[in-house]
Amino acid sequence: MTMYSEAEARTILEKVVKLSKADECSATLDGNVTGNVRFALNNVSTSGLVSNCVLGVQVAFGKRVGIATINTFDDASLEKVVRRAEELAKLAPENPEFMPTIEKQTYKPTGTHVEATAAITPDYRASVAGDCIEPCKKDGLVAAGFFSDNQTFSAIANSKGNFGYQKSTGADFTCTVRTEDGKGSGWVARNLSDVSKFDAKTEIKTAIQKSKGSVDAKALEPGKYTVILEPAAAAGLISFMMFGFDARQADEGRSFLTKKGGGNRVGEKVYDERVSIHADPWDPESAVLPWDGQGLAREKTPIITKGKVEYLQYSQFWAKEKGKKAIGQPGNLIMAGGTKSTADLVKDTKKGILVTRTWYIRMVDPQTVLLTGLTRDGTFYIENGEIKYPIKNFRFNESPVIMLNNVEELGKPIRVGDDESPFVMMIPPMKLRDFTFTSLSDAV
Amino acid sequence: MERRDFLKVTGFGLGTLVLPISGRLIAAEELGGKLDVAFKKTLADAALGAAKDGGATYCDVRVGRYLQQFVVTREDKVQNVVNTESTGVGVRVIANGTWGFAATSALTADAVAKAARQAVAIAKANSKIQTAPVQLAAVKGVGEVSWATPIKKNSMEVPIKDKVDMLLSVNAAALKAGANYVNSILFLVNEQKYFASTDGSYIDQDVHRIWAPMTVTAIDKASGKFRTRNGLSAPMGMGFEYLDPKPEGRVELPGGAVVYSSSYNMVEDAVAAAKQAQEKLKAPSVKPGKYDLMLDPSHLWLTIHESVGHPLELDRVLGYEANYAGTSFVTLDKWKSKDFKYGSDKVTLFADKVQPSTLGAVGYDDEGVKTKRWDLVKDGTLVNYQMIRDQAHILGEKESQGCCYADSWASVQFQRMANVSLAAGDKKLTPAEMVKDIENGVYIVGDGSFSIDQQRYNAQYGGQLFYEIKDGKVGAMIEDVAYQARTPEFWAACVAVCDERDYRFGGSFFDGKGQPGQVSAVSHGSATARFNGVNVINTARSLG
Repeated sequence: MTMYSEAEARTILEKVVKLSKADECSATLDGNVTGNVRFALNNVSTSGLVSNCVLGVQVAFGKRVGIATINTFDDASLEKVVRRAEELAKLAPENPEFMPTIEKQTYKPTGTHVEATAAITPDYRASVAGDCIEPCKKDGLVAAGFFSDNQTFSAIANSKGNFGYQKSTGADFTCTVRTEDGKGSGWVARNLSDVSKFDAKTEIKTAIQKSKGSVDAKALEPGKYTVILEPAAAAGLISFMMFGFDARQADEGRSFLTKKGGGNRVGEKVYDERVSIHADPWDPESAVLPWDGQGLAREKTPIITKGKVEYLQYSQFWAKEKGKKAIGQPGNLIMAGGTKSTADLVKDTKKGILVTRTWYIRMVDPQTVLLTGLTRDGTFYIENGEIKYPIKNFRFNESPVIMLNNVEELGKPIRVGDDESPFVMMIPPMKLRDFTFTSLSDAV
Repeated sequence: MERRDFLKVTGFGLGTLVLPISGRLIAAEELGGKLDVAFKKTLADAALGAAKDGGATYCDVRVGRYLQQFVVTREDKVQNVVNTESTGVGVRVIANGTWGFAATSALTADAVAKAARQAVAIAKANSKIQTAPVQLAAVKGVGEVSWATPIKKNSMEVPIKDKVDMLLSVNAAALKAGANYVNSILFLVNEQKYFASTDGSYIDQDVHRIWAPMTVTAIDKASGKFRTRNGLSAPMGMGFEYLDPKPEGRVELPGGAVVYSSSYNMVEDAVAAAKQAQEKLKAPSVKPGKYDLMLDPSHLWLTIHESVGHPLELDRVLGYEANYAGTSFVTLDKWKSKDFKYGSDKVTLFADKVQPSTLGAVGYDDEGVKTKRWDLVKDGTLVNYQMIRDQAHILGEKESQGCCYADSWASVQFQRMANVSLAAGDKKLTPAEMVKDIENGVYIVGDGSFSIDQQRYNAQYGGQLFYEIKDGKVGAMIEDVAYQARTPEFWAACVAVCDERDYRFGGSFFDGKGQPGQVSAVSHGSATARFNGVNVINTARSLG
């Protein structure tokens, strides 16, 4: 049993808070059931089902903080974990940046839980693998993929009377399809809260088509090109850029959002005016918990509006230092776009390159957010509105800040997951000019 | 199963450093101590018996106690002290020719036997869709044996206060020397793992690792420019003695930069980092073009890791990692041909899990295979891969190379990278002698940004310190340097490797692989090496 009801969770957390003799106490209870299936070479390679529930207790004596966790919840265990946190706090050095636990918050529920996803069975997972493997086998192709799903609950409480409880679900699917001779490779990815909107049989067609279509790729000269980045290809660059949206980093002079002479660039136009990004925990497509890691209530927050930076993330300590109000840190990123699909953007493109996926993105220079990485699993040359032929993969060296000043057109945002990002993202396909490819890759 | 969590540490450049943390949080005092070996054997025998009774043809049991300690500081503040412990038992079986795995955190014979029965049930269920039975290379049982990292000072027993005081003195030294900001961290790991198998092995191992990274930042407020210089230490398979600086652990390079080998002077490096971060703010930008590169081991380890270590992992070559980490350009036909040139005749690359003080060093791997050393590339020619027991038959081998690892008792073990190193040159050559022949070059010290494609062909690497080399002399610092290379061409351009007096280690403390992901730690040794005519790009950009 790792999925507790709201009443059960409240009982446990209230007991914990009552047990503590510290100046203040906050506690979290997080339970989950996570399932997955992994396949490669047209065979299921591993599958797993893991369930766990963890109670975290944080207490403070003055500016000394102690944290302890436990995964059993009888009265003796609750007493033990509270005492251990208290002992750790007494041994801890004083934290000069200590902030008191948050005041009582008001949380408006968000739509993070979908029953269909919570009801996924091992048979369902096996069928996802089967639905990908079967058509590939028939076509002489080789599938490798991963499907994982989870149902979770999160509950928080503290000695100032704060309490929150909410359930969530999620599912993530990726599949790479390669030709047997290794000359073609295609990929598809889906990230959802509601698995009833997912059909592996439909999704796999995209990867199959890209795999077959990418055989015998031609080499183009590296240089600056108009590109169409599919949402999954753009997401990694956007997400990396968001690390620079920390107020303290910017104020300290070590972010691209640092202002010459001191301070930060909030209020300045940094991007093309078609670029708008906001966070909204209640967004129906990308809902996240109504509180952040500290328990602060999340709000609908404009981050970039018409190219202007409107928001930097303040820790509670930095907010106090700078006289700002600390609000819940965003859990999702919703980028505005238009109505066109990737295919529509291709139709309207005279010459350009379509990028399915970006890979191994790393920071080269944090001063300019210069990122390097590669294209992968389906890179195509577009001419007169049509995909003409597959091209060899490129390495790019590009800053998302420069890229979002070179916008030609944005399409319809879709939900994207990224394994190197903490955000649930709604990202449009993007048509961008002068995207910088610096070398060719022989990798397929 | 226990939770996997991540500790986010900001201040490391713009990217947030995300550290994998597993296990429950405990007091520092609980980091000492061990489970009794006889008790571990009782648990293991319960699993082995239950698996055999259930119809398994093979079973291995890992009783693991995994300890971690993180001490995180910035400037004059301690940001975090985290101690974790994760204890439990993982049971892996073969039944109906198919693998099955289950794990439990309950340390009772009944719970472990139940996990063994679950593993058998999973194996039998999965066997229905298995197309070829597992072929496991034989291992002779070794009876009851033990192995321990030969440490001089157990990091887990050093008081927290001493660790905090050390890091705060490092930070103070950096600030005094001109740093605007400094972050420093201690990561300490102790894996207490007991392995038993139906082959007749009962192996008790005590593995220690240490890492002490730091980032020093210098700011020019007027221009808004900032530069960082990371510490030049290496993560090591050592105890706390690594942080007791000794003269023989200090290496002064041509041009004056100082790096470290068998011990690390963190305070001295912090002072140098502060001065060099300031120097980087003013250093001229590199002119792009072809240069002869002289690569220090503190830099070259990462290039070896990405361009040799990963592509020579057999599971990648075969396609098991195709959806995530990728495949490899080093396909089996290249190995079968026996004449695939991976690099010049100066290049001998070997794998091992035995070199003392390395992150990969253990007595036995996580499927009971005694560890060893073997060549991957001999005098420039590809000769072998890294593999484990159920892959040996694919290469026509009778025994595993001992590359099996799991990052927790709760994770199923699989093929992970061994230490992969560039053999030192057999002719006497020091870095000071090497530089004399270089007319137009760049000397790179420390690792920086890195990125490589999913088949490990096209790579781009940065660094920490870049110096121009003109007419045989190390000159001024330059900035905005990265080199791009195609793996076989890069190694073909290797014209000289310094001798063993210059052989040093670098390494990765958290190397990720697999879905769901697991981390491992691995070292890469080399001496300073020269690569001719490599493409250097300029990474400076303007945001207007």
